[in-house]
Amino acid sequence: MSNKVIGTSVPRWDAWSKVCGKADYTADIPVKNMLYGKIVRATIAHGRVLSLDTQAALAVPGVLKVLTPADLPRVKHATAGHPYTLDRSGDVYDKNILTEDVRLYGDEIAAVIAETQLAADIAAQKITAVYEEYPIYLTAQEAMTEGAREIHEGTKGNILADTTAKVGNVEEGFALADYVFEDEHRTQVVQHCHMENQTATAFQSADGRWTCISSTQIPHICRRILGEALDMPWSSFRVIKPFIGGGFGNKQDVTIEPLVVAMSIAMGGRPVRLELEREEVLAYTRVRHAIHYRSKVGVSKDGKITAWQVDAVSKTGGYASHGHSVAAKGGGILCTLYEIPHMSFRSRTVLTNTGNAGAMRGYGVPQITFAIEAMTDKICKELQLDPFEFRLANFKKEGAPHPLNGIPMVTNKVADCLTLGRQRFGWDAKMADSGAKGGSVRRGVGVAAFSYATGVYPYSLEIAGCRLTLNQDGTVKMLVGATEIGQGIDTGLAQIAAETLGIPAEMVYAEETTDTDIAPFDTGAYASRQIYVTGVAVAKAAEELKDKICRAAGKFYEIPHSAADVEDAFVINSVTGERVASLGDLALRTYYDKARAQTLTAEVSHNCHDNSYPMGVTFAEVDVDTQTGVVTVRSILNAHDSGVIINPLLAKGQVEGGMGMAISYALGEDLFYDPKTGEPLNNNLLDYKMPTCMDTPELDCMFVEPEDPFGPFGAKGLGEPPICSPAAAIRNAVCHALGFEINALPLTPGKVFAAIQNNRGGGADV
Amino acid sequence: MRKLINIEVNGKAREVAVDVRASLLEVLRGELELTGSKKGCGVGECGACTVLMDGVAVNSCISLAVWADGRKVTTIEGVSPEPGKLSDVQQSFVDSGAVQCGFCTPGLVMAATALLGEQPSPSREEIRRGLSGNLCRCTGYSTIIDAVENVAKTRGQA
Ligand code: FES
Ligand code: FES
Repeated sequence: MSNKVIGTSVPRWDAWSKVCGKADYTADIPVKNMLYGKIVRATIAHGRVLSLDTQAALAVPGVLKVLTPADLPRVKHATAGHPYTLDRSGDVYDKNILTEDVRLYGDEIAAVIAETQLAADIAAQKITAVYEEYPIYLTAQEAMTEGAREIHEGTKGNILADTTAKVGNVEEGFALADYVFEDEHRTQVVQHCHMENQTATAFQSADGRWTCISSTQIPHICRRILGEALDMPWSSFRVIKPFIGGGFGNKQDVTIEPLVVAMSIAMGGRPVRLELEREEVLAYTRVRHAIHYRSKVGVSKDGKITAWQVDAVSKTGGYASHGHSVAAKGGGILCTLYEIPHMSFRSRTVLTNTGNAGAMRGYGVPQITFAIEAMTDKICKELQLDPFEFRLANFKKEGAPHPLNGIPMVTNKVADCLTLGRQRFGWDAKMADSGAKGGSVRRGVGVAAFSYATGVYPYSLEIAGCRLTLNQDGTVKMLVGATEIGQGIDTGLAQIAAETLGIPAEMVYAEETTDTDIAPFDTGAYASRQIYVTGVAVAKAAEELKDKICRAAGKFYEIPHSAADVEDAFVINSVTGERVASLGDLALRTYYDKARAQTLTAEVSHNCHDNSYPMGVTFAEVDVDTQTGVVTVRSILNAHDSGVIINPLLAKGQVEGGMGMAISYALGEDLFYDPKTGEPLNNNLLDYKMPTCMDTPELDCMFVEPEDPFGPFGAKGLGEPPICSPAAAIRNAVCHALGFEINALPLTPGKVFAAIQNNRGGGADV
Repeated sequence: MRKLINIEVNGKAREVAVDVRASLLEVLRGELELTGSKKGCGVGECGACTVLMDGVAVNSCISLAVWADGRKVTTIEGVSPEPGKLSDVQQSFVDSGAVQCGFCTPGLVMAATALLGEQPSPSREEIRRGLSGNLCRCTGYSTIIDAVENVAKTRGQA
């Protein structure tokens, strides 16, 4: 049977409400008797608060209370939005809601509650602290220095995690190599810049429990972390996620919810809203890890990789958050992109007194892809190998098991992405057109491939839920615990439900709100997991509902239920193809038939034990102005294998959005800290160079669509893959244009210009 | 200190007593309960709060409410030609896939509406320039530029 709904660009159901300004985000939801909160932040990067003077703040008219660490439970919680582990070994419990121990500039040391936002803001500025100051460590190197003070007591050498993933024996691999290449690569700190700042409102509900409306990517996980942070039973909380203005991983950390609930508790249950300012979001929520890679690669005479060794040092900031798992993910990426008989991937994640790094779209993969594909580029240049042939000869083969977890990569079309993308991009013509372009401009082309995963199995729990209800008129209400954060997941899931049920997509009503009291359990939006994991839950629920519909048809109409089927919203006789009744007619009977009424619902919880691997390639063409160092992306293409594409228009949106983010990761974005004080220097959208539409070139994308056997209708993850390879491809294009290497991101005019000057003077590469 | 101001908001005369320190965005979202305009920064960097003042696109977060005294303000809630209908710009954003999280969308629809008022058939480059005060993190801007270009084309044919 051919698909009717899957593979079509069903318009996202919520687009109309968003273009009308009707879609309510957390700060748009009216709440009676609201109070307003403001966080008081440390003005040093490392030390201890000896005393706080709150007198002047309390005297500000409208100020009701100032909370300090002493007012809150002393229990520590882990902020990372990971699934819970029964032995609590999965995360690092290192965070108090408010703290006396300052670990980064802007750490949360107190909070004001007032009748107006203005009063809260003014009061927060009037609170002064006396500190005992410690030495600050802004780089991993400084933090790891012998004798450095432990940022968290008991974390030796400030090393949060030190793990090594191994395949074969790397020394043997190097012994087999005819050539060995070594280099170092560095990436910078960047920030998510979702347009909606973190916002949450908390109040005591009529049942005495605590409701928290929040712009979170992980409502169910957030509820658990509220319980842990406030030392109360998890069921005392109800988390409600309305429309969200983007997250990109930053809202996969629980950053403000425990505090805003604590504020409401302190006010006897009165509603309190905490809305972060842009400056706070940029500097004091989460950022992407800056990682320093040292790589060594062995290659045989016939152009095969024999060994690959990486030593990664990742800067994670003042708290663990996701830090321990981000850098380590690189090992799995490296050995699933290329066939590497002998690999050693060491990653050290280091605490520093800088902005807290956490999850960000791509979860360490844009960083490692930069290092991997810069090395690949180097090997091809130095051995004068064709970059396509070398990659095709070394790519991990389709069907081969993941070397670290044994799960076969059943579909892997990275090679097709490379060859078909080459044609679409017009690589050969662009290569021929590269070189000096008159004046000071040099043109270059670059390519980079990546590997990714869908969801977190087998390393963590994968669970998702869906409840479908047949309405009186034959339409279907879909409730999922998966989180719509702008990517369009609930439109995609509604398509899966519709296709399975045999009804048009517009007959399935999705829901923007995820309410932990109502929505089935699901861990939420991260790891590009929802279409793959929640999608199966939806498909299973739809199958169950369809079976119930067919059984009901057997009761209400002259048809054996085994012959009943649903097509185009009609119950049909699958043997004769005849229409028996409209789904609306059947639905009405299930509600109101006096003798036999029984409403039809299906609820499924799906525990996923699969993983599938989205792959892809970026092609880039750039101009470099050697007089200014300015890099202009002339053309760029992302070719993706994300399995079958459920909704082409939404998929294109995901890819283009990821490419846009990746281009400015390559060329401009960088969050700076004052080297003396650790104070963030450019935490606003004027000085932090998030791209405007004038900075973003035309974007092109294409899909190779193998039918993955595990994902629903053959789909694999797509949310994060688009950001993985563009920076590496752009870097390779810039190096091609210039004829020498630059091994640190971002490729700002200043850095590129300095590199050109150094190179002219015979100096070392940057 | 509060001051009484008269604004025509989305075609309706409103008299509001505003704190003289309040921004137009705060008054629209607070007193007037028009929460379609968003706050992404509050300091004129992102354009999420864009509204039209006497037909000109402004960042309402850095416009004092008192400046709107005696003027006409159009917000995202007032763009539809009639209830239940979308303007061609709104419809084009929907059809072109220009809406993802939607937080930037009201501001971009307003900016695009103003741009097309001033320049009925802008080139893609001119669209980029015209919308450069509005940040979007989700789309990479491609589909937004498509949306505006599509409106210009359709209007040109009408
Ligand atoms: S909120 Fe007005 S420009 Fe950002
Ligand atoms: S659609 Fe999310 S910021 Fe533009």
